[in-house]
Amino acid sequence: MQTENLKVQSFIARHNSEKRALIAILQDIQAEYNYLPQESLRIVSKSLGIPLIDVVGVATFYRAFSLKPRGKHLVTVCLGTACHVRGGPKILEEFERRLGVKTGETTLDNKFTLETVACLGCCAIGPVVVVDGNYHAHTTIRKVNTILKKYAKEETKNETH
Amino acid sequence: MITFKMNGLEVQAEEGWTVFETAKFYGLEIPHLCYNSGLSVYGGCRLCLVEIGEGPKAKLVSSCTYSVEEGLVVHTDTKRVIEARRMMIELMLSTAPYSKKIQDLASKFGVTQLRFKPRNEECVYCGLCVRMCDEQMDARAIGFQNRGYKRKISTPFDIKSEECRLCGGCLYICPACSLRCQGPQADTDVCNACLTLDPSCLEYYDELQCWMYDAGRCGTCVREKNEKDKARP
Amino acid sequence: MRRIKKIKSLKELEAVIEKEIELRKSDTRAVLTVSAGTCGQARGSLKVIDSLKTAIKKGNLEHKVKIRVTGCHGFCEAEPNIIIHPHDLFYQKVDPKNGKDIIDQTILKNKVIDSLLFADPNTGEKAAQESEISFYKKQKRLVLGDNALIDPTDIFDYLSIGGYRSLLKVLETMTPEEVIPAVKKSGLRGRGGAGFPTGTKWEIARKVKGDIKYIICNADEGDPGAYMDRSLLEGNPHRVLEGMIIGAFAIGATEGYVYVRDEYPLAVKNITLAINQARKIGLLGKKILGTKLNFDIHIAKGAGAFVCGEETALIASIEGRVGEPRQRPPFPAIKGLWGKPTTINNVETWGNVPIIIQKGAEWYSQIGTDGSKGTKIFSLVGKINNTGLVEVPMGITLREIIFDIGGGIPGEKAFKAVQTGGPSGGCLPAEMLDLPIDYESLTKAGSIMGSGGMIVMDEKTCMVDVAKYFLNFLRDESCGKCVSCREGTQRMWEIVKDISEGYGKEGDLDLLEELAKIVKDASLCGLGQTASNPVLSTLRYFRDEYEAHIKEKRCPAGVCINLIRYVVIPEKCTGCLACKNACPQDAIRGVIRGVHLIEQNKCIKCGACLEACKFEAVETQREEAIRIVEGGTDK
Repeated sequence: MQTENLKVQSFIARHNSEKRALIAILQDIQAEYNYLPQESLRIVSKSLGIPLIDVVGVATFYRAFSLKPRGKHLVTVCLGTACHVRGGPKILEEFERRLGVKTGETTLDNKFTLETVACLGCCAIGPVVVVDGNYHAHTTIRKVNTILKKYAKEETKNETH
Repeated sequence: MITFKMNGLEVQAEEGWTVFETAKFYGLEIPHLCYNSGLSVYGGCRLCLVEIGEGPKAKLVSSCTYSVEEGLVVHTDTKRVIEARRMMIELMLSTAPYSKKIQDLASKFGVTQLRFKPRNEECVYCGLCVRMCDEQMDARAIGFQNRGYKRKISTPFDIKSEECRLCGGCLYICPACSLRCQGPQADTDVCNACLTLDPSCLEYYDELQCWMYDAGRCGTCVREKNEKDKARP
Repeated sequence: MRRIKKIKSLKELEAVIEKEIELRKSDTRAVLTVSAGTCGQARGSLKVIDSLKTAIKKGNLEHKVKIRVTGCHGFCEAEPNIIIHPHDLFYQKVDPKNGKDIIDQTILKNKVIDSLLFADPNTGEKAAQESEISFYKKQKRLVLGDNALIDPTDIFDYLSIGGYRSLLKVLETMTPEEVIPAVKKSGLRGRGGAGFPTGTKWEIARKVKGDIKYIICNADEGDPGAYMDRSLLEGNPHRVLEGMIIGAFAIGATEGYVYVRDEYPLAVKNITLAINQARKIGLLGKKILGTKLNFDIHIAKGAGAFVCGEETALIASIEGRVGEPRQRPPFPAIKGLWGKPTTINNVETWGNVPIIIQKGAEWYSQIGTDGSKGTKIFSLVGKINNTGLVEVPMGITLREIIFDIGGGIPGEKAFKAVQTGGPSGGCLPAEMLDLPIDYESLTKAGSIMGSGGMIVMDEKTCMVDVAKYFLNFLRDESCGKCVSCREGTQRMWEIVKDISEGYGKEGDLDLLEELAKIVKDASLCGLGQTASNPVLSTLRYFRDEYEAHIKEKRCPAGVCINLIRYVVIPEKCTGCLACKNACPQDAIRGVIRGVHLIEQNKCIKCGACLEACKFEAVETQREEAIRIVEGGTDK
C-alpha cells in the first residue's frame, strides 16, 4: 500500500499535479501496473481534486485503460479493416479457442489476456498480432498455435530455473 | 436583442438564450426529455431537434444547446424533424418499453410500432440523474462510464458510494422510473410499484434494494450487470 | 548526431542550412538507406541493419559506405527495403543474410543482386531503379518522398535537404497577412477528412482576438487501414513541425499540441525527439531566431478512442476529460481548447505547408483538379499486390491507383469494391473505377475522401460482412451521448448481423435504410453523421448481396459462417493430408493419396483447412441445412 501510494504520487508530481494531465497520469499508472488499481484511482482523485466518479468515467471511457488486472502476456489481435479483409476475425476465433477465453478476458492461470485493437497502422503486414509489444506479421490460423507455444515454452523455461 | 426567424415568424431573444428557451418563451412547446430548466443542458436525447437554415445546407441541431444568432432561420416541425423525432422515440422506447413518460411521448407523436427488439432496461442515458446529483445535490456520486453501446450510469466500481447521501434526487428526476417511486412514504402507501415492475430489483438481489431501506446498496438505477446484460455483446 | 547549438538569428539559420547541404553533397560515400518504420521493424529491418553494420565493420569500409536509417518509404509490401545511392538501386524484401552480399557484390563490385530486385506482380518484369518500379511511376511524392532521404531522429539530416528553408522564407520575407492568402490561393484543403479549405480556417483564426491562441496537430488517425500520418510523424517529424511553426506565425498562436494516438509508440518517440531538438536549436520557444515569434509545442497522447479524432472530442481529451463531442457553434476557432481560439489541422495538412511556401501557391494550385488541389496520400491495403502508401495528384482515377500503382488483386481474383474514408466512408464498386478522385466526386458517389484509407476488396469479401464490421466498430467507438448514434449504430448492427446470420426478413432493408438516413441527420457529431455511410453505400451498390442473404439464405462471397459449409472438391484433392493435419477438431477424414472428406457435424468452420490447402481443393458452399431460430438475435 505504502509503496503504491508513493509511486502513484510520483506520477502525479511528474505532471505537476495538474487536472489537465489526468489522462497522462492514468497512462503512467497503467504502464506501471498493467492495469488501474482501484486504490490508485482514489489517490488520483484526492490529489488532483477531481471527483472520483469523473476519474472513473475517464478510466472506463478510453480503451487504453483496464480496471481489471491483465495477464502476464498481452495478446492483441488487430481488427482493422485491412486485417479484417485478410482474415483477422478467423485468427481471433482461433486464439479464443486455444486460450479458452473470449476477447477482453484473461486465462484462469493469469498467463494470457486476449484483446483486440482497431488498427495499428501496419496494414501491409496484416493480419497482425502483437504479443507483449512484439509484432507478428502475416499471421495465419495455423501460426496461432506456434505463437502461443513460444510464450508457453518461455514460461516453463523460466519456471524450471 | 437578437432577432431571428422561427417557423416563419420574426422573434426576438436575449443574448445567450438558446433556440429552445426562445421557443418556450413564445409558448411554443418543443418536445424534450433530457432538458430540465434547473440543470445544465446536455443535448443527448435528440427530441428537441429543429431544422436550421434553408435549402441543401439545412441541418438538424438540438435546440437546447444551440445559442441564438442574428438572422437565424429555424423550423421546428418540418417533415425531416418529425421523422427524426419519431425514430428517436422509437429507439428509446425499444430500450425502455415500460417507461410511462416515453410511452406518453410515443402516443403523442404517433409512434405506434416497435420495430427493434425491446431490451427491457429502464435507462435511456439521458443523464438527468447525473446532472441532478452533480449540480443540484452537489454529491457527484453517480456518473457515466464506458462508451458506445456499453455505456452505463453507476457509482465508482459499482459499489456503495461514500458521496451518496441517499437523497433520492436521481430517482425523482428520472423519466424512466419517475412514475414508480413515489417518495419516502412507500412503506405505508400502496405504491411499491418497484416490486411489481418487471424486472424488479428482486430479480437480481435477495433483498429489496430500495434506498429508503438503506439495504447497503444504492437504488434500482444502479445495478450489477445481470445475466441478460452479460450476454449482450 | 552532432551537438546542437542554439541558432539566434535568421542569417545564422540560413548559414547552417547552407552548411548542412554542402556537407551532405561533399560526402561521397555510398549510402545504404534502410527503411525502419514500425512495419519495417516488424519485418526485421533492425536485423538487416545489424548485418550490414557487421559486414561494413569487418571489411573496414566505414570510409566508403554509410547506413542511413530512415522511416517508412511507403512501399510496405517491399519492406525491408534498401535504396542504394549513388547507384540508385532499389532492393526489396531484404533478409539479414543478404547483408554480406550487398556489401561484397554491390558496394565493392558494383554488381546488382538480381534476386533482390522488384518484380512486377503481373508481368514478372524486374526493375532496378525506383523510377522504373510500377508502384512509384504514377506517384507524385511531394510530402512523403523526403522520408527516404533523412534519418528522422537527426535534425541536421532534415536541414541537409533544405529543411526549415520555408520557415526562413516566411520569417524573413513575409507577414502573416501574406502567408494566409498564399495558403488560400494554393487551394489546400484539410487532409483529415472533411476537406475544409485550410487558408480560410487560418483566416478565421487570425481574425479572432486573443493573446493566447492554440494550434493543434491532429495525429489521432483512428481510421482502421489508414497510416499515412504515422508514417509522416515517424519518418519526417520536422516537416510537420515546420508547417506548424509557419501556421503559428500566420495565425498568431502561442502554443501548439500534437495529439498522437496511443497505438503509435514510435511516432510518439520520434515527434517528441524532434520537438526537443527543435527547441534546443532555437526553432521553438521564445523569440524564435531573434524574431518576435514565441511558440512552443507539447505532446498529448490519445488513450484509445476513435471519437477523439473529432475536433471537440480531441479538445476535451487534451483537457483531461472524456472524449465527448459537443455541438458547434461555437466553433473551436472561436472557442476551443480551454475556451481559447484553437485551430486544428491534420498531420498531412501541416506537412503540405512548407512545400506550398517553398514552391509557391501558384505552382501548387496547378496540381490536382479544380476543387481539390495538390496531392493526397492514400494507404492502399487489403486485397492488393503492391500494398503501401501512395501519394498521387488529385484527379487520378481509382483504376490507376489500384491497377497501375497497386498492381491489381493477388491470386488472380476479381476486384469487387474499394472502401475509402474509413468508417465514415463507403464502398465503391467496379463501375466506379474510372472515377477521378477528389473531395466532391467521392462524396457524390456515396463515400468520402476521409483520411485516405483505401481498402481493396475482392470476390471473396462479403459486403454484408463489411457493413457489419464497420457498424460493430462504430457502436463501440461511439461516445454514447446522443440517442441517435448510440442506439442507431447498435440497432443497425443488430439488423445487419441478423441478415448475415440468416435471420434476415422482409422489410429489414427498408427499416435499415430508414434508420440509417435518420442517424445521419440527427446525430450530434461527425461520427454519428457519417456512421450510416458504410451501410448506405453497400445498400446502394450491392443490394443484391443483401437480398441473397435474406431471401435465399446464401452468402455469395462465402464468408458468413451460418450460411456456408466447408467442403473438399474431390476432383481437385490430391490427398496430401494438409487440411486433415490443420484441422483443430479432427473433423477431416482421409488417407494419403485418397480424397479427403470434411465431417460437417464436427466442423466448426474455422477455415484452417482452406488456408492449408495448396491446390484450392477446399471451398465454401451454400449451407443446405439451415436452422432458423425464432426471434432472430437475442443480444
